[in-house]
Amino acid sequence: MQTKRTTFSSKWLPYALLAPQVIITLIFFIWPSYQALVQSVYRQGDAFGIRPPTFVWFHNFQALFADDLYLNSLRTTFIFSVGTTVLSMGIALLFAVMVNRMIRSRDSYTTFLVWPYAIAPAIAGVLWWFIFNPTLGILPYMLDMVGYDWNHRRNGNDAMIMVIIASAWRQISYNFLFFLAGLQSIPQSLIEAAAIDGASRMKRFWTIVFPLLSPITFFLMVVNIVYAMFDTFGVIHATTEGGPSQATTILVYKVYRDGFVNLNFGSSAAQSVILMAIVIILTVIQFRYIERRVNY
Amino acid sequence: MVDNNRWGNFFAHLVLIVGVAIVVFPVYVAIIASTHPPGTFVRGVMPLLPGPNAWENYRTVITEGRSRAGTPPIGGMMWNSFIMAMAITIGKLSISIISAFAIVYFRFPGRIFFFWIIFLTLMLPVEVRIVPTFQVVADFGMLNSFAGLSIPLIASATATFLFRQFFMTVPEELMEAARVDGAGPMKFFKDILLPLSITNIAALFVIMFIYGWNQYLWPLLITTDPEYYTIVMGIQRMVTGGDSEPLWHLVMATVVLAALPPVLVILFMQRLFVKGLTETEK
Repeated sequence: MQTKRTTFSSKWLPYALLAPQVIITLIFFIWPSYQALVQSVYRQGDAFGIRPPTFVWFHNFQALFADDLYLNSLRTTFIFSVGTTVLSMGIALLFAVMVNRMIRSRDSYTTFLVWPYAIAPAIAGVLWWFIFNPTLGILPYMLDMVGYDWNHRRNGNDAMIMVIIASAWRQISYNFLFFLAGLQSIPQSLIEAAAIDGASRMKRFWTIVFPLLSPITFFLMVVNIVYAMFDTFGVIHATTEGGPSQATTILVYKVYRDGFVNLNFGSSAAQSVILMAIVIILTVIQFRYIERRVNY
Repeated sequence: MVDNNRWGNFFAHLVLIVGVAIVVFPVYVAIIASTHPPGTFVRGVMPLLPGPNAWENYRTVITEGRSRAGTPPIGGMMWNSFIMAMAITIGKLSISIISAFAIVYFRFPGRIFFFWIIFLTLMLPVEVRIVPTFQVVADFGMLNSFAGLSIPLIASATATFLFRQFFMTVPEELMEAARVDGAGPMKFFKDILLPLSITNIAALFVIMFIYGWNQYLWPLLITTDPEYYTIVMGIQRMVTGGDSEPLWHLVMATVVLAALPPVLVILFMQRLFVKGLTETEK
Protein backbone atom coordinates (compact mmCIF):
# COMPACT_ATOMS: atom_id res chain seq x y z
CA MET A 1 0.00 0.00 0.00
CA GLN A 2 1.34 3.39 -0.99
CA THR A 3 2.38 6.34 1.09
CA LYS A 4 3.77 9.61 -0.09
CA ARG A 5 7.26 9.53 -1.62
CA THR A 6 8.55 11.56 1.27
CA THR A 7 6.99 11.09 4.69
CA PHE A 8 7.16 12.78 8.05
CA SER A 9 9.14 10.97 10.67
CA SER A 10 7.88 10.61 14.19
CA LYS A 11 7.98 7.63 16.50
CA TRP A 12 4.70 8.24 18.28
CA LEU A 13 2.61 10.71 16.29
CA PRO A 14 1.10 8.29 13.76
CA TYR A 15 0.00 5.98 16.56
CA ALA A 16 -1.57 8.85 18.43
CA LEU A 17 -3.43 9.90 15.27
CA LEU A 18 -4.73 6.40 14.67
CA ALA A 19 -5.57 5.73 18.30
CA PRO A 20 -9.15 7.07 18.50
CA GLN A 21 -10.33 5.21 15.41
CA VAL A 22 -8.53 1.98 16.31
CA ILE A 23 -9.63 1.99 19.95
CA ILE A 24 -13.27 2.51 19.02
CA THR A 25 -13.02 -0.18 16.40
CA LEU A 26 -11.49 -2.65 18.83
CA ILE A 27 -13.95 -1.97 21.63
CA PHE A 28 -17.19 -1.60 19.71
CA PHE A 29 -16.57 -3.69 16.57
CA ILE A 30 -13.93 -6.35 16.99
CA TRP A 31 -14.55 -7.29 20.62
CA PRO A 32 -18.35 -7.73 20.26
CA SER A 33 -17.83 -9.75 17.09
CA TYR A 34 -15.38 -11.96 18.93
CA GLN A 35 -17.95 -12.32 21.71
CA ALA A 36 -20.56 -13.37 19.19
CA LEU A 37 -18.18 -16.02 17.86
CA VAL A 38 -17.57 -17.33 21.37
CA GLN A 39 -21.22 -17.28 22.40
CA SER A 40 -22.21 -19.09 19.25
CA VAL A 41 -20.45 -22.27 20.41
CA TYR A 42 -21.77 -22.16 23.99
CA ARG A 43 -25.10 -22.93 25.53
CA GLN A 44 -25.89 -20.06 27.86
CA GLY A 45 -25.81 -20.60 31.64
CA ASP A 46 -28.83 -19.75 33.76
CA ALA A 47 -29.25 -16.36 35.39
CA PHE A 48 -28.26 -17.55 38.87
CA GLY A 49 -24.89 -19.02 37.93
CA ILE A 50 -25.90 -22.52 39.05
CA ARG A 51 -25.46 -23.99 35.61
CA PRO A 52 -22.41 -22.42 33.95
CA PRO A 53 -22.27 -21.91 30.17
CA THR A 54 -21.29 -25.13 28.46
CA PHE A 55 -19.22 -25.61 25.35
CA VAL A 56 -21.45 -27.29 22.79
CA TRP A 57 -19.39 -27.24 19.58
CA PHE A 58 -21.64 -26.41 16.63
CA HIS A 59 -24.84 -27.41 18.35
CA ASN A 60 -26.34 -23.92 18.02
CA PHE A 61 -25.72 -23.93 14.27
CA GLN A 62 -27.12 -27.42 13.84
CA ALA A 63 -30.19 -26.40 15.81
CA LEU A 64 -30.65 -23.38 13.54
CA PHE A 65 -30.51 -25.32 10.33
CA ALA A 66 -32.93 -27.88 11.74
CA ASP A 67 -35.31 -25.10 12.73
CA ASP A 68 -38.15 -24.48 10.28
CA LEU A 69 -38.55 -20.92 11.51
CA TYR A 70 -34.94 -20.13 10.66
CA LEU A 71 -35.09 -21.80 7.27
CA ASN A 72 -38.27 -19.89 6.62
CA SER A 73 -36.53 -16.67 7.60
CA LEU A 74 -33.70 -17.44 5.16
CA ARG A 75 -36.23 -17.87 2.38
CA THR A 76 -38.09 -14.72 3.40
CA THR A 77 -34.83 -12.75 3.38
CA PHE A 78 -33.99 -14.08 -0.07
CA ILE A 79 -37.36 -13.10 -1.54
CA PHE A 80 -37.29 -9.75 0.21
CA SER A 81 -33.75 -8.85 -0.94
CA VAL A 82 -34.26 -9.93 -4.52
CA GLY A 83 -37.64 -8.18 -4.68
CA THR A 84 -36.30 -4.93 -3.24
CA THR A 85 -33.20 -4.96 -5.44
CA VAL A 86 -35.00 -5.73 -8.70
CA LEU A 87 -37.86 -3.31 -8.11
CA SER A 88 -35.68 -0.45 -7.01
CA MET A 89 -33.00 -0.88 -9.65
CA GLY A 90 -35.51 -1.42 -12.44
CA ILE A 91 -37.40 1.77 -11.70
CA ALA A 92 -34.20 3.72 -11.12
CA LEU A 93 -32.76 2.60 -14.47
CA LEU A 94 -35.94 3.62 -16.28
CA PHE A 95 -35.84 7.06 -14.64
CA ALA A 96 -32.13 7.49 -15.33
CA VAL A 97 -32.49 6.63 -19.03
CA MET A 98 -35.36 9.09 -19.37
CA VAL A 99 -33.65 11.88 -17.43
CA ASN A 100 -30.46 11.36 -19.43
CA ARG A 101 -32.36 12.38 -22.62
CA MET A 102 -33.25 15.71 -21.09
CA ILE A 103 -31.06 18.72 -21.35
CA ARG A 104 -32.76 21.65 -19.70
CA SER A 105 -34.94 19.74 -17.25
CA ARG A 106 -32.31 17.22 -16.13
CA ASP A 107 -31.48 19.00 -12.88
CA SER A 108 -35.08 19.64 -11.89
CA TYR A 109 -36.05 16.00 -12.34
CA THR A 110 -32.95 14.93 -10.43
CA THR A 111 -33.93 17.16 -7.52
CA PHE A 112 -37.38 15.58 -7.41
CA LEU A 113 -35.93 12.08 -7.46
CA VAL A 114 -33.06 12.28 -4.96
CA TRP A 115 -34.65 13.39 -1.72
CA PRO A 116 -36.30 10.10 -0.65
CA TYR A 117 -32.77 8.97 0.20
CA ALA A 118 -32.99 11.30 3.20
CA ILE A 119 -35.97 9.46 4.65
CA ALA A 120 -35.11 6.84 7.26
CA PRO A 121 -36.17 3.26 6.43
CA ALA A 122 -38.44 3.21 9.48
CA ILE A 123 -40.23 6.35 8.29
CA ALA A 124 -40.51 5.01 4.75
CA GLY A 125 -42.12 1.95 6.30
CA VAL A 126 -44.65 4.00 8.25
CA LEU A 127 -45.53 6.08 5.17
CA TRP A 128 -46.35 3.05 3.05
CA TRP A 129 -48.01 1.35 5.97
CA PHE A 130 -50.41 4.27 6.09
CA ILE A 131 -51.08 4.18 2.36
CA PHE A 132 -51.70 0.43 2.53
CA ASN A 133 -53.79 0.62 5.70
CA PRO A 134 -56.67 -1.82 5.08
CA THR A 135 -59.40 0.42 6.49
CA LEU A 136 -58.42 3.89 5.35
CA GLY A 137 -55.49 3.49 2.95
CA ILE A 138 -55.93 4.69 -0.61
CA LEU A 139 -54.36 1.67 -2.28
CA PRO A 140 -56.55 -0.99 -0.61
CA TYR A 141 -59.52 1.23 -1.54
CA MET A 142 -58.46 1.16 -5.19
CA LEU A 143 -57.63 -2.55 -5.07
CA ASP A 144 -61.05 -3.20 -3.62
CA MET A 145 -62.62 -1.66 -6.72
CA VAL A 146 -60.89 -4.27 -8.87
CA GLY A 147 -62.00 -6.95 -6.45
CA TYR A 148 -58.83 -7.58 -4.43
CA ASP A 149 -59.21 -7.67 -0.68
CA TRP A 150 -55.90 -6.24 0.59
CA ASN A 151 -54.96 -7.04 4.14
CA HIS A 152 -51.32 -7.09 5.17
CA ARG A 153 -52.31 -7.94 8.74
CA ARG A 154 -53.63 -11.32 7.75
CA ASN A 155 -52.10 -12.06 4.37
CA GLY A 156 -48.36 -12.74 4.41
CA ASN A 157 -47.93 -12.01 0.70
CA ASP A 158 -49.57 -8.62 1.05
CA ALA A 159 -47.27 -7.80 3.96
CA MET A 160 -44.22 -8.86 1.96
CA ILE A 161 -45.25 -6.72 -1.03
CA MET A 162 -45.74 -3.75 1.26
CA VAL A 163 -42.31 -3.96 2.92
CA ILE A 164 -40.63 -4.52 -0.44
CA ILE A 165 -42.27 -1.41 -1.90
CA ALA A 166 -41.40 0.67 1.16
CA SER A 167 -37.76 -0.47 1.12
CA ALA A 168 -37.35 -0.10 -2.63
CA TRP A 169 -38.96 3.35 -2.70
CA ARG A 170 -36.28 4.91 -0.57
CA GLN A 171 -33.46 3.21 -2.48
CA ILE A 172 -34.58 4.45 -5.93
CA SER A 173 -32.77 7.76 -5.37
CA TYR A 174 -29.47 6.08 -4.73
CA ASN A 175 -29.66 3.75 -7.73
CA PHE A 176 -30.90 6.58 -9.93
CA LEU A 177 -27.88 8.76 -9.16
CA PHE A 178 -25.43 5.97 -9.94
CA PHE A 179 -27.20 4.94 -13.14
CA LEU A 180 -27.36 8.55 -14.30
CA ALA A 181 -23.64 9.03 -13.64
CA GLY A 182 -22.99 5.80 -15.54
CA LEU A 183 -25.11 6.86 -18.51
CA GLN A 184 -23.40 10.22 -18.71
CA SER A 185 -20.00 8.59 -18.93
CA ILE A 186 -20.94 6.62 -22.06
CA PRO A 187 -19.42 8.34 -25.12
CA GLN A 188 -22.15 9.82 -27.30
CA SER A 189 -20.13 8.90 -30.39
CA LEU A 190 -20.73 5.18 -29.84
CA ILE A 191 -24.47 5.67 -29.82
CA GLU A 192 -24.37 7.95 -32.85
CA ALA A 193 -22.27 5.44 -34.77
CA ALA A 194 -24.81 2.73 -34.06
CA ALA A 195 -27.63 5.03 -35.09
CA ILE A 196 -25.90 5.73 -38.41
CA ASP A 197 -25.58 1.99 -38.93
CA GLY A 198 -29.33 1.83 -38.57
CA ALA A 199 -29.70 0.34 -35.08
CA SER A 200 -33.08 1.11 -33.58
CA ARG A 201 -33.47 2.84 -30.23
CA MET A 202 -34.16 -0.40 -28.37
CA LYS A 203 -31.30 -2.15 -30.10
CA ARG A 204 -28.94 0.69 -29.22
CA PHE A 205 -29.95 0.44 -25.59
CA TRP A 206 -29.59 -3.33 -25.27
CA THR A 207 -26.43 -3.75 -27.34
CA ILE A 208 -24.45 -0.65 -26.34
CA VAL A 209 -25.77 1.22 -23.36
CA PHE A 210 -26.76 -1.69 -21.17
CA PRO A 211 -23.49 -3.66 -21.55
CA LEU A 212 -21.50 -0.52 -20.79
CA LEU A 213 -23.59 -0.04 -17.66
CA SER A 214 -22.97 -3.58 -16.46
CA PRO A 215 -20.13 -2.74 -14.04
CA ILE A 216 -22.37 -0.19 -12.33
CA THR A 217 -25.32 -2.57 -12.41
CA PHE A 218 -23.27 -5.25 -10.72
CA PHE A 219 -21.96 -2.85 -8.12
CA LEU A 220 -25.46 -1.58 -7.37
CA MET A 221 -26.73 -5.13 -7.09
CA VAL A 222 -24.29 -5.87 -4.28
CA VAL A 223 -25.01 -2.57 -2.54
CA ASN A 224 -28.76 -3.11 -2.78
CA ILE A 225 -28.60 -6.63 -1.43
CA VAL A 226 -26.56 -5.37 1.51
CA TYR A 227 -29.10 -2.59 2.01
CA ALA A 228 -32.07 -4.97 1.85
CA MET A 229 -30.48 -7.45 4.22
CA PHE A 230 -29.12 -5.13 6.87
CA ASP A 231 -30.51 -1.60 6.64
CA THR A 232 -34.19 -2.41 6.41
CA PHE A 233 -34.59 -3.45 10.02
CA GLY A 234 -36.55 -0.23 10.61
CA VAL A 235 -39.05 -0.93 7.83
CA ILE A 236 -39.95 -4.28 9.38
CA HIS A 237 -39.79 -3.28 13.01
CA ALA A 238 -41.89 -0.13 12.67
CA THR A 239 -44.63 -1.79 10.60
CA THR A 240 -45.25 -5.52 10.38
CA GLU A 241 -42.96 -6.61 13.26
CA GLY A 242 -42.09 -9.67 11.24
CA GLY A 243 -45.69 -10.78 10.87
CA PRO A 244 -48.22 -11.95 10.02
CA SER A 245 -47.07 -15.39 11.22
CA GLN A 246 -43.38 -14.73 10.42
CA ALA A 247 -44.08 -13.79 6.80
CA THR A 248 -41.76 -10.77 6.94
CA THR A 249 -39.22 -11.95 9.54
CA ILE A 250 -35.96 -11.26 7.75
CA LEU A 251 -32.70 -12.52 9.30
CA VAL A 252 -31.71 -9.23 10.92
CA TYR A 253 -35.10 -8.92 12.54
CA LYS A 254 -34.88 -12.50 13.77
CA VAL A 255 -31.47 -11.91 15.41
CA TYR A 256 -32.97 -8.97 17.23
CA ARG A 257 -36.11 -10.91 18.29
CA ASP A 258 -34.23 -13.97 19.47
CA GLY A 259 -31.62 -11.92 21.29
CA PHE A 260 -33.68 -9.20 22.93
CA VAL A 261 -37.21 -10.51 23.17
CA ASN A 262 -36.75 -14.27 23.48
CA LEU A 263 -33.38 -13.91 25.26
CA ASN A 264 -31.95 -16.90 23.45
CA PHE A 265 -28.34 -15.69 23.32
CA GLY A 266 -26.70 -18.82 21.98
CA SER A 267 -29.00 -18.99 18.98
CA SER A 268 -28.85 -15.23 18.42
CA ALA A 269 -25.04 -15.35 18.48
CA ALA A 270 -24.99 -18.22 15.98
CA GLN A 271 -27.30 -16.20 13.73
CA SER A 272 -24.97 -13.20 14.11
CA VAL A 273 -22.04 -15.31 12.99
CA ILE A 274 -23.92 -16.46 9.89
CA LEU A 275 -24.84 -12.86 9.08
CA MET A 276 -21.22 -11.81 9.52
CA ALA A 277 -20.16 -14.46 7.05
CA ILE A 278 -22.72 -13.11 4.58
CA VAL A 279 -21.53 -9.49 4.96
CA ILE A 280 -17.91 -10.53 4.62
CA ILE A 281 -18.63 -12.40 1.39
CA LEU A 282 -20.60 -9.48 -0.03
CA THR A 283 -17.91 -6.96 0.95
CA VAL A 284 -15.18 -9.07 -0.63
CA ILE A 285 -17.20 -9.35 -3.86
CA GLN A 286 -17.74 -5.60 -3.86
CA PHE A 287 -14.07 -4.79 -3.34
CA ARG A 288 -12.78 -7.31 -5.82
CA TYR A 289 -15.04 -5.75 -8.38
CA ILE A 290 -13.75 -2.28 -7.56
CA GLU A 291 -10.17 -3.40 -8.01
CA ARG A 292 -11.05 -4.64 -11.45
CA ARG A 293 -12.74 -1.41 -12.35
CA VAL A 294 -9.62 0.55 -11.42
CA ASN A 295 -7.60 -1.58 -13.85
CA TYR A 296 -9.80 -0.89 -16.87
CA MET B 1 -28.09 14.38 -31.79
CA VAL B 2 -29.70 11.00 -32.16
CA ASP B 3 -32.25 11.40 -29.47
CA ASN B 4 -34.01 14.40 -30.91
CA ASN B 5 -37.38 12.94 -31.48
CA ARG B 6 -40.44 14.87 -30.41
CA TRP B 7 -42.62 11.87 -29.54
CA GLY B 8 -39.77 10.22 -27.69
CA ASN B 9 -39.23 13.31 -25.60
CA PHE B 10 -42.91 13.66 -24.90
CA PHE B 11 -43.02 10.04 -23.78
CA ALA B 12 -39.94 10.50 -21.59
CA HIS B 13 -41.48 13.54 -19.90
CA LEU B 14 -44.68 11.61 -19.37
CA VAL B 15 -42.87 8.68 -17.74
CA LEU B 16 -40.88 11.03 -15.53
CA ILE B 17 -43.84 13.12 -14.44
CA VAL B 18 -45.84 10.02 -13.52
CA GLY B 19 -42.72 8.59 -11.84
CA VAL B 20 -42.06 11.73 -9.81
CA ALA B 21 -45.73 11.81 -8.80
CA ILE B 22 -45.50 8.24 -7.52
CA VAL B 23 -42.25 8.94 -5.69
CA VAL B 24 -43.67 12.08 -4.06
CA PHE B 25 -47.07 10.57 -3.30
CA PRO B 26 -46.34 8.98 0.12
CA VAL B 27 -44.95 12.23 1.47
CA TYR B 28 -47.80 14.25 -0.02
CA VAL B 29 -50.28 11.96 1.74
CA ALA B 30 -48.39 12.36 5.02
CA ILE B 31 -48.43 16.14 4.79
CA ILE B 32 -52.14 16.15 3.99
CA ALA B 33 -52.96 13.71 6.80
CA SER B 34 -51.06 15.85 9.28
CA THR B 35 -53.46 18.76 8.65
CA HIS B 36 -56.68 16.91 9.48
CA PRO B 37 -58.61 16.56 12.74
CA PRO B 38 -58.75 13.07 14.30
CA GLY B 39 -62.34 12.51 13.17
CA THR B 40 -61.33 12.31 9.50
CA PHE B 41 -59.62 8.98 10.03
CA VAL B 42 -62.59 7.35 11.68
CA ARG B 43 -64.68 7.24 8.53
CA GLY B 44 -63.62 6.00 5.16
CA VAL B 45 -60.63 6.63 2.99
CA MET B 46 -57.68 8.88 3.78
CA PRO B 47 -58.07 12.50 2.68
CA LEU B 48 -56.24 13.85 -0.37
CA LEU B 49 -56.87 17.54 0.21
CA PRO B 50 -55.59 19.64 3.12
CA GLY B 51 -57.67 19.96 6.26
CA PRO B 52 -58.02 22.76 8.82
CA ASN B 53 -56.06 21.34 11.75
CA ALA B 54 -52.42 21.78 10.78
CA TRP B 55 -51.49 24.33 13.45
CA GLU B 56 -53.29 22.39 16.18
CA ASN B 57 -51.67 19.02 15.27
CA TYR B 58 -48.14 20.30 15.00
CA ARG B 59 -48.46 22.27 18.22
CA THR B 60 -49.69 19.13 19.99
CA VAL B 61 -46.87 16.86 18.86
CA ILE B 62 -44.12 19.41 19.38
CA THR B 63 -45.10 20.50 22.86
CA GLU B 64 -47.12 17.62 24.34
CA GLY B 65 -46.47 14.37 22.52
CA ARG B 66 -48.71 11.56 23.63
CA SER B 67 -47.92 11.32 27.28
CA ARG B 68 -50.41 8.53 27.93
CA ALA B 69 -48.79 6.25 25.34
CA GLY B 70 -45.34 7.04 26.69
CA THR B 71 -44.19 9.29 23.87
CA PRO B 72 -42.49 12.47 25.02
CA PRO B 73 -42.98 15.78 23.16
CA ILE B 74 -41.42 15.79 19.69
CA GLY B 75 -39.46 18.96 20.41
CA GLY B 76 -37.19 17.11 22.82
CA MET B 77 -36.82 14.08 20.57
CA MET B 78 -35.80 16.27 17.62
CA TRP B 79 -33.19 17.95 19.77
CA ASN B 80 -31.84 14.53 20.80
CA SER B 81 -31.72 13.43 17.16
CA PHE B 82 -29.87 16.59 16.26
CA ILE B 83 -27.27 16.13 19.01
CA MET B 84 -26.81 12.48 18.07
CA ALA B 85 -26.49 13.24 14.36
CA MET B 86 -24.00 16.04 14.94
CA ALA B 87 -21.93 14.00 17.40
CA ILE B 88 -21.78 11.06 14.98
CA THR B 89 -20.92 13.30 12.02
CA ILE B 90 -18.24 15.35 13.72
CA GLY B 91 -16.83 12.28 15.46
CA LYS B 92 -16.61 10.26 12.27
CA LEU B 93 -15.06 13.10 10.29
CA SER B 94 -12.42 13.97 12.86
CA ILE B 95 -11.21 10.49 13.70
CA SER B 96 -11.20 9.45 10.03
CA ILE B 97 -9.30 12.43 8.72
CA ILE B 98 -6.51 12.04 11.28
CA SER B 99 -6.25 8.29 10.69
CA ALA B 100 -6.01 8.86 6.95
CA PHE B 101 -3.33 11.49 7.57
CA ALA B 102 -1.33 8.99 9.66
CA ILE B 103 -1.66 6.27 7.04
CA VAL B 104 -0.67 8.42 4.06
CA TYR B 105 1.97 10.74 5.49
CA PHE B 106 3.88 8.47 7.83
CA ARG B 107 5.71 5.20 7.40
CA PHE B 108 5.67 3.19 10.61
CA PRO B 109 5.55 -0.43 11.75
CA GLY B 110 2.02 -1.83 11.83
CA ARG B 111 0.64 0.57 9.24
CA ILE B 112 -0.95 -2.13 7.09
CA PHE B 113 -2.23 -3.91 10.19
CA PHE B 114 -4.08 -0.82 11.43
CA PHE B 115 -5.42 -0.18 7.97
CA TRP B 116 -6.98 -3.66 7.97
CA ILE B 117 -8.45 -3.18 11.42
CA ILE B 118 -10.20 -0.08 10.15
CA PHE B 119 -11.25 -1.94 7.01
CA LEU B 120 -12.89 -4.63 9.17
CA THR B 121 -15.52 -2.16 10.40
CA LEU B 122 -17.05 -2.32 6.93
CA MET B 123 -17.70 -6.00 7.43
CA LEU B 124 -19.21 -5.75 10.88
CA PRO B 125 -22.32 -3.54 10.79
CA VAL B 126 -24.10 -3.21 14.11
CA GLU B 127 -27.02 -5.27 12.79
CA VAL B 128 -24.96 -8.46 12.77
CA ARG B 129 -23.66 -8.23 16.32
CA ILE B 130 -26.58 -6.67 18.12
CA VAL B 131 -26.48 -8.49 21.46
CA PRO B 132 -22.74 -8.44 22.25
CA THR B 133 -22.41 -4.77 21.26
CA PHE B 134 -25.28 -3.96 23.56
CA GLN B 135 -23.51 -5.86 26.35
CA VAL B 136 -20.28 -3.90 25.83
CA VAL B 137 -22.09 -0.57 25.94
CA ALA B 138 -24.02 -1.68 29.03
CA ASP B 139 -20.76 -2.69 30.74
CA PHE B 140 -19.37 0.77 30.10
CA GLY B 141 -22.47 2.26 31.71
CA MET B 142 -23.27 4.10 28.49
CA LEU B 143 -26.95 3.14 28.19
CA ASN B 144 -29.25 6.17 28.11
CA SER B 145 -26.54 8.69 27.29
CA PHE B 146 -25.46 10.70 24.28
CA ALA B 147 -22.04 9.07 24.52
CA GLY B 148 -23.66 5.67 24.13
CA LEU B 149 -25.81 6.92 21.24
CA SER B 150 -22.88 8.27 19.26
CA ILE B 151 -19.44 6.90 20.17
CA PRO B 152 -19.99 3.25 19.13
CA LEU B 153 -21.08 4.48 15.69
CA ILE B 154 -18.26 6.85 14.85
CA ALA B 155 -15.67 4.43 13.50
CA SER B 156 -15.76 4.84 9.74
CA ALA B 157 -13.85 2.92 7.14
CA THR B 158 -15.52 4.71 4.22
CA ALA B 159 -14.56 8.18 5.41
CA THR B 160 -11.01 7.03 6.15
CA PHE B 161 -10.72 5.54 2.65
CA LEU B 162 -12.10 8.66 1.02
CA PHE B 163 -9.65 10.92 2.82
CA ARG B 164 -6.82 8.53 2.07
CA GLN B 165 -7.66 8.59 -1.62
CA PHE B 166 -7.88 12.34 -1.61
CA PHE B 167 -4.57 12.77 0.25
CA MET B 168 -2.89 10.54 -2.34
CA THR B 169 -3.85 13.07 -5.03
CA VAL B 170 -2.42 16.05 -3.14
CA PRO B 171 0.82 17.03 -4.93
CA GLU B 172 4.03 15.84 -3.22
CA GLU B 173 5.54 19.29 -3.73
CA LEU B 174 3.20 20.85 -1.20
CA MET B 175 4.55 18.69 1.56
CA GLU B 176 8.14 19.06 0.43
CA ALA B 177 7.74 22.83 0.35
CA ALA B 178 6.18 22.81 3.80
CA ARG B 179 9.05 20.73 5.11
CA VAL B 180 11.66 23.01 3.57
CA ASP B 181 9.94 25.91 5.28
CA GLY B 182 10.24 24.05 8.55
CA ALA B 183 6.60 23.10 9.12
CA GLY B 184 6.02 20.05 11.31
CA PRO B 185 3.42 17.41 10.49
CA MET B 186 0.60 18.96 12.52
CA LYS B 187 1.21 22.41 11.10
CA PHE B 188 1.16 20.95 7.59
CA PHE B 189 -2.06 19.13 8.42
CA LYS B 190 -3.77 22.17 9.88
CA ASP B 191 -2.62 24.85 7.45
CA ILE B 192 -2.42 22.95 4.17
CA LEU B 193 -4.24 19.64 4.21
CA LEU B 194 -7.39 20.69 6.07
CA PRO B 195 -8.12 23.74 3.86
CA LEU B 196 -7.59 21.55 0.77
CA SER B 197 -10.01 18.94 2.08
CA ILE B 198 -12.87 21.34 2.73
CA THR B 199 -15.08 20.19 -0.14
CA ASN B 200 -14.58 16.54 0.76
CA ILE B 201 -15.35 17.25 4.38
CA ALA B 202 -18.53 19.09 3.42
CA ALA B 203 -19.68 16.30 1.11
CA LEU B 204 -19.10 13.67 3.77
CA PHE B 205 -20.78 15.88 6.32
CA VAL B 206 -24.02 15.78 4.33
CA ILE B 207 -23.95 11.99 3.97
CA MET B 208 -23.07 11.37 7.58
CA PHE B 209 -25.56 13.78 9.01
CA ILE B 210 -28.29 11.87 7.18
CA TYR B 211 -26.81 8.59 8.38
CA GLY B 212 -26.70 9.82 11.96
CA TRP B 213 -30.17 11.36 11.96
CA ASN B 214 -31.72 8.21 10.52
CA GLN B 215 -30.27 5.78 13.07
CA TYR B 216 -33.01 3.47 14.26
CA LEU B 217 -31.86 0.14 15.67
CA TRP B 218 -29.11 1.57 17.83
CA PRO B 219 -31.19 4.15 19.75
CA LEU B 220 -33.92 1.54 20.03
CA LEU B 221 -31.54 -0.76 21.87
CA ILE B 222 -29.77 1.55 24.21
CA THR B 223 -32.41 4.09 25.23
CA THR B 224 -35.08 3.10 27.70
CA ASP B 225 -35.41 6.56 29.19
CA PRO B 226 -37.78 8.80 27.15
CA GLU B 227 -35.37 11.68 27.87
CA TYR B 228 -33.03 10.18 25.27
CA TYR B 229 -35.50 8.98 22.64
CA THR B 230 -34.67 10.14 19.15
CA ILE B 231 -37.44 11.08 16.77
CA VAL B 232 -36.92 8.34 14.19
CA MET B 233 -37.20 5.57 16.77
CA GLY B 234 -39.88 7.48 18.69
CA ILE B 235 -42.27 7.17 15.75
CA GLN B 236 -42.41 3.43 16.25
CA ARG B 237 -43.68 3.99 19.79
CA MET B 238 -46.39 6.30 18.48
CA VAL B 239 -47.51 3.75 15.94
CA THR B 240 -47.65 0.79 18.27
CA GLY B 241 -47.73 2.59 21.62
CA GLY B 242 -51.50 2.68 22.15
CA ASP B 243 -54.03 -0.12 22.22
CA SER B 244 -56.15 1.25 19.43
CA GLU B 245 -55.55 2.38 15.84
CA PRO B 246 -52.67 4.89 15.76
CA LEU B 247 -53.66 8.56 15.97
CA TRP B 248 -52.82 9.08 12.33
CA HIS B 249 -52.98 12.87 12.29
CA LEU B 250 -50.35 13.05 15.05
CA VAL B 251 -48.24 10.19 13.68
CA MET B 252 -48.09 11.89 10.28
CA ALA B 253 -47.22 15.27 11.77
CA THR B 254 -44.34 13.52 13.54
CA VAL B 255 -43.30 11.75 10.34
CA VAL B 256 -43.16 15.07 8.51
CA LEU B 257 -41.08 16.66 11.27
CA ALA B 258 -38.73 13.66 11.46
CA ALA B 259 -38.12 13.66 7.71
CA LEU B 260 -37.78 17.42 7.34
CA PRO B 261 -34.19 18.09 8.50
CA PRO B 262 -32.42 15.46 6.35
CA VAL B 263 -34.63 16.26 3.33
CA LEU B 264 -33.78 19.96 3.66
CA VAL B 265 -30.10 19.08 3.91
CA ILE B 266 -30.30 17.16 0.64
CA LEU B 267 -32.33 19.78 -1.18
CA PHE B 268 -30.10 22.68 -0.20
CA MET B 269 -26.82 20.82 -0.57
CA GLN B 270 -27.67 18.61 -3.52
CA ARG B 271 -24.32 19.03 -5.25
CA LEU B 272 -22.34 18.12 -2.14
CA PHE B 273 -24.73 15.25 -1.44
CA VAL B 274 -24.25 13.74 -4.89
CA LYS B 275 -20.50 14.18 -4.63
CA GLY B 276 -20.42 12.58 -1.19
CA LEU B 277 -22.63 9.69 -2.20
CA THR B 278 -20.82 8.77 -5.39
CA GLU B 279 -17.34 9.19 -3.93
CA THR B 280 -17.75 7.27 -0.70
CA GLU B 281 -18.69 4.20 -2.71
CA LYS B 282 -15.62 4.14 -4.90
